Amino acid sequence: MLTLTCPCCGTTAEETEFAPGGEAHLKRVGPGSDDAAFEEYMFLRENPKGVHFERWRHAYGCGKWFHAARCTVTMDVFGTYSAQVTEPPQEIRDRISARRPGWSWREFA
Amino acid sequence: MAEATIREAGPVGMVTFRGDLGAEPVQRALGEVAGLDLPERGRAAIGARTLLWMSPDELMLVCDRGEAGALAADLSARLDGVHHLALDISDARTVLVVEGAVREVLAKLAPVDLHPSVFPVGAFRRTRLNQVAAAFWLVSETEARVICFRSVAEYVRKLLDISAEAPVAGLYD
Repeated sequence: MLTLTCPCCGTTAEETEFAPGGEAHLKRVGPGSDDAAFEEYMFLRENPKGVHFERWRHAYGCGKWFHAARCTVTMDVFGTYSAQVTEPPQEIRDRISARRPGWSWREFA
Repeated sequence: MAEATIREAGPVGMVTFRGDLGAEPVQRALGEVAGLDLPERGRAAIGARTLLWMSPDELMLVCDRGEAGALAADLSARLDGVHHLALDISDARTVLVVEGAVREVLAKLAPVDLHPSVFPVGAFRRTRLNQVAAAFWLVSETEARVICFRSVAEYVRKLLDISAEAPVAGLYD
């Protein structure tokens, strides 16, 4: 069971109170891009064994979107943070580094 | 013998308010119109009326059915020029009153820790009751109010009835 804390309303709840929103920090590639870049943006997703970044929505609670950094193996949640950022905050990255030294995810490490 | 009784609260007025809850004009208008101090995060302010903390930018004012429209209009008049939404949505939701062993009745239906140290009287929580969205707050140790959408009120009523049938296990004594 995955237990998340919504950074918007502060509620800690199990995953059935949330709705998953897929991979975090996708960068949109717009019209005019080459096919490979558009395919990467549209279809290709990370499927890591370990550290992962996702979007979640507190669907049954305050209704807000947020980001979560978690481990797909152990269900450890390293932290949740605002939806209004384009990359994980340093504080979250430090927390992951403390528990999963040498981690990397896409361009972040 | 049921360990809790469930009844519909009857006609209840509900006014939804959205806006910047940290802004001084908003806080003043809400406080004066509701006659209450604004609730903190995850709390209900209970007095003659009730103010519920719904989300970081949303409160719900629970009042008499007859005054809801006037209160919403009063809020909008006081906040002329300030970005906000105040609307009488009394028809959207139903309020149910649970009396008795309320912590156990609710704990069986919602993924919420209802221990008094975590969820004291006055706490408010939006969550789900089995399959549908609902919210509840504790008025006292033996009375809780549950709100849910009117379209699923019968379902929630039956859920609570079934949950109240079982004997009290004494989890929260």
